[in-house]
Amino acid sequence: MNNKNKSKGFRIHVVKRPPLPAKKVTLFYILAIVAALAVGGVFILCLGVNPFAFFAKVFTGSLQSKMARIALMRIILPLFITSIGVSVAFKMRFWNVGAEGQFIMGAVFACWAAFTFDSLPRPVLLVLMAVAAIIGGGLFGMVCAYFKCRYNTNETLLTLMLNYIALYIVQLLRDGVWRDPAAGGFPKIAQLPENGWVYQLFSVDITWIIAIVLFVVAHIYFTKTKQGYEISVVGDSQNTARYAGMDVNKIITRTMFISSAICALAGMLQVAGDGTSHTLTTGIASGIGFTAIIVAWLGKLNPTGILSVSILFGILEKGCGVAKSTFMLSPAVADILQGIILFVILGFDFVITYKIVIDKNNKTDKKGAADEHNS
Amino acid sequence: MQNTNPQQQFAIELKGICKSFGTVKANDNIDLNVKFGEILALLGENGSGKTTLMNMLSGIYQPDGGEIYVDGNKVNIQNPEEARRLGIGMVHQHFKLVDVMTATDNITLSSKGGLFVKKGRYKEIEELSKKYAFTIDPQKLISQMSVSEKQTVEILKLIYNGAKILILDEPTAVLTPQETEKLFDILRNMKKEGCAIIIITHKLNEVMSISDRVTILHKGRSVATVDTEKTNPNELTELMVGHPMQLSIKREECTEGEDLLHVHHLTLENSDGAEVIKKLSFDLRGGEILGVAGVAGSGQKELCEAIAGLYPIKKGAVLYKDINIEGKTPREIIDLGISMSFIPEDRLGMGLAASLNIVDNMLLKTYRDNKGLFVDRESAEVLANKVVEELEIKTPDVHTPVRQLSGGNVQKVLLGREIEANPSVIITAYAVRGLDINSSYTIYDALNEQKKRGVGILFIGEDLDVMLELCDRIMVLCHGQCSGIVNAKETTKDYLGLLMTATVTEGADNE
Amino acid sequence: MNTIVNFLFAAIKAGTPLLFGTTGEILTQKSGNMNLGVEGLMYMGAFGGFLIAYKTDNLLLSLLAAALFGALGSLIYSFLVVTLKANQNVTGLSLTIFGTGFATFFGEMLIEGGSPKLSANMTTILSEKPLPVLGNIPFFGKVLFSHNIIVYLALVIAVIVWAYMRFTRPGMKLKAVGENPAAADAMGINVDLTKYVHTLIGGAICGVGGAYISLINGNGIWNNGCINGQGWISVALVIFASWSSAKAILGSLIFGAFTVFQVRANDFASEFAFLSFLSKIPNAIYVMLPFVITALVLIISSMKEGRSEQPASCGTNYYREER
Repeated sequence: MNNKNKSKGFRIHVVKRPPLPAKKVTLFYILAIVAALAVGGVFILCLGVNPFAFFAKVFTGSLQSKMARIALMRIILPLFITSIGVSVAFKMRFWNVGAEGQFIMGAVFACWAAFTFDSLPRPVLLVLMAVAAIIGGGLFGMVCAYFKCRYNTNETLLTLMLNYIALYIVQLLRDGVWRDPAAGGFPKIAQLPENGWVYQLFSVDITWIIAIVLFVVAHIYFTKTKQGYEISVVGDSQNTARYAGMDVNKIITRTMFISSAICALAGMLQVAGDGTSHTLTTGIASGIGFTAIIVAWLGKLNPTGILSVSILFGILEKGCGVAKSTFMLSPAVADILQGIILFVILGFDFVITYKIVIDKNNKTDKKGAADEHNS
Repeated sequence: MQNTNPQQQFAIELKGICKSFGTVKANDNIDLNVKFGEILALLGENGSGKTTLMNMLSGIYQPDGGEIYVDGNKVNIQNPEEARRLGIGMVHQHFKLVDVMTATDNITLSSKGGLFVKKGRYKEIEELSKKYAFTIDPQKLISQMSVSEKQTVEILKLIYNGAKILILDEPTAVLTPQETEKLFDILRNMKKEGCAIIIITHKLNEVMSISDRVTILHKGRSVATVDTEKTNPNELTELMVGHPMQLSIKREECTEGEDLLHVHHLTLENSDGAEVIKKLSFDLRGGEILGVAGVAGSGQKELCEAIAGLYPIKKGAVLYKDINIEGKTPREIIDLGISMSFIPEDRLGMGLAASLNIVDNMLLKTYRDNKGLFVDRESAEVLANKVVEELEIKTPDVHTPVRQLSGGNVQKVLLGREIEANPSVIITAYAVRGLDINSSYTIYDALNEQKKRGVGILFIGEDLDVMLELCDRIMVLCHGQCSGIVNAKETTKDYLGLLMTATVTEGADNE
Repeated sequence: MNTIVNFLFAAIKAGTPLLFGTTGEILTQKSGNMNLGVEGLMYMGAFGGFLIAYKTDNLLLSLLAAALFGALGSLIYSFLVVTLKANQNVTGLSLTIFGTGFATFFGEMLIEGGSPKLSANMTTILSEKPLPVLGNIPFFGKVLFSHNIIVYLALVIAVIVWAYMRFTRPGMKLKAVGENPAAADAMGINVDLTKYVHTLIGGAICGVGGAYISLINGNGIWNNGCINGQGWISVALVIFASWSSAKAILGSLIFGAFTVFQVRANDFASEFAFLSFLSKIPNAIYVMLPFVITALVLIISSMKEGRSEQPASCGTNYYREER
């Protein structure tokens, strides 16, 4: 029998490492970011631009002026809040990729409240808008949890579909009942009444205060509360949760409601905020919900991690916007860089969980191999 | 693969094989060999590294060090495909079959063949199975097969691939004594045809009846290789455990308490609508250990889960003292003030949350007991430390995820938590499965301790020798029916074996 | 009658890129990889295909380039997911961001160098013309046999993929890998290689779908946002077609019909009195319908007893030495 036993001089195999101490993990991630920037830098270099100058501009550009800093906050805050929302479901290993849709629906319900009760005083109306967004957006996401519990419907695909349904609901409203007659035939939704504008503090929307509160609450919720504990048990094993006497379906449904309600709240703050000129458009979310999934994952579903990654993404996006005009590049350079950096960091996770063993001393016996061919 | 002088050459020779998982040394410098036309038993207690070693022969794992010779040639088995080319085939303990495909496709896909799926493949497999006197429907989907049918498919797969070196990992664990005998006949036939066979087991009687030689592993090392004819079970036990030991478990004599649990005409159905427990009735008294014996899959798992409120009851009743707990959820059972502890078979998938630490796992059933929104981790940490100390759990600290503990320590965490809840009924399913002998004895002692306290214990077991010594009464299940409840002091293993296949039945409980 | 003929013709035309995307994604998912980066792959293919068509004037080279770019995108995905075992959802989303940015960035460079337009020669090759003989059949001649040449390519690929999975041993092995990689591995099937090969080919097919959009739908002019969600619709269509590329042919026709219906609804309304209500339905409803229907299909198929056609291991990575 012809035995094609490849006689390589060494062999490589992958083994799982014992869990690394937290310090080392942090070090690895810093290394990952450096490596990611290096790979991104090579790309920048290929475009004929000095990568050091480019990244310096990205950093300074995103923080250089008050205007820039405000714009940076506008990127970071909705991303952070939405990522926290996503992470609530992800902790339970419920793959809610519907943040985009939940975000949009939050904005839609907030608009509905603002248009319907526009005569209410500003604080009352704002609270009402938030409640409408939380309930409406929360239920929009909870539908998926219901079908998951009842029929084990694939939640990734269902939440994905709902993103587009939400998007076209906005278009439907824009072309229909909410069409602004003052726009002169141009299909758009009217600006929110001023009562429905988010308050500002230090010339930034108070969204930042909400984000800080959410950061603290999320941290406590995950690590200290009974509900947070239930989420970790259900995420670990539904059988164990049942064994412990937990009502698994109730927990899944509740958690998904909270997750999508937070995403919806982000949507409400977005539409009632300064960045969108207080107007609902089909571009209201423009991918925030998808980016939030990546942020939540890279942040290891931990509020501190999520905040760090949100800031990183914000600086990258805003800074690239500044740097591209300095270096005459397309704004899409931010997307490419983001993609490259994501790829490298995702790849680095491998180094943390696995290690590669190269065994050089295991040469196949040449004589033996020859004998085999003769037989 | 024809070799000129098969007598002189080993089919397989392992020299100094090492393999670690993280910090655990699963195999440490192991030597082993087997000739063509020989059956080698690989004996060792749980966790001694038998499966790990064989997985390296079948290309699943890569050794960290050592040399493998097949047919006298040094080889480097990088993957299962390479193992197949070398004529090595393995039947894994957890079958590796694709559920949505037919038996034939599972068998034939593993071989070389043309681009297109052949029309005559079903016929080919039918003839092959006839030749070896297997009874199998080649067009049946794996998902519709019983465990013994699946095992047949696995063996046919090896035969079809022309494997000359066969490895079977605990093949009898899922079989009845008759099926085991049939399997052994097949293996003896294959040995006559010149195959080399390695059979992994920890059952001494099987070693004595089937093997020519025995290699014994202990704590990841190969401690001895002996000819079966020249040894006896006592010597093998000593080698396997690492020190001489009298395998006896003391049976605490307790005065029998009141009846705690009545199971009355219990019938359970699985999701396919098949009855897995049929009209089962029995009582459990305080201060006794009631053993439940039976071939794997006779309804033990479902019975336990039904009593614990985790499996829907079709008909019948489960009474705790005089309270009917049929149809109650685990939560409702706890709320009724019934202190019942269930130690399930699937420890990490049901009894514990693998990614959480020991403290959080202590909280599993009690986290609701305090008032307010927050979890009380302080008292859980005290409890965790107590359990770790009392049961001598080996762990860096109580904040280590239980997934990182060894099998024995995982079971101790689970048992410790349940005992600390002061139950009046304990249900344990395969309490010592996967544990080494020392850990097993810790568990037996802990159960006896509870028995002395007047606790009623339902002990689902698989090792009849252990059950005969530990239990007061033994109930035998066969296909979900009770074929008899016998006094452990007055019965024999052989008799239990007959009850397990319902060759004889006792009592009229199940009429 | 003409309205119906034109409508069906346009539906097939609009459904073709979806058929490419779906066929590619079916092949990918069957190997156990849930690649959510179809949108990005199509963008990369759209750019690669257009660039080469514009520079070389050769359709074959253009399609090969599109396939190559798509395969390149899924090579990144496969390396991260198969070799480095990164999370599939997150990697797919990253690929979408990357691919979109890639096409936009280089597309803009292309636009800066003078507005890129395909040559007259190229436009002729890509034009819609009746096939000899078949094209003359009444009704069907126009609906089925008067398309641009890439439409037939999509059909051929879909049928080949269907036959591949049904009748060939590699196709069966692919199924085994997607269902139970550990079992496939024990059978001696090279799991990683199988995943790589099919994810790459799948990506190449998605890439060609992208090229269809940039070459045909763009009327010969490069447009930065050309894919505009069609990659996502393709992912939806995979579910709708229950992981069969034969069903995807019909599915792409239906989904294509929805996308052209918004333009054609008025034609129907004016030709058939009883359909006059159609013109009153807002466009958004028509574009939303594919997603609504897919969501419903997803729910209804999960309600049914038995298992879904989705490969069991789809979405999770395989590591042989897992204990």
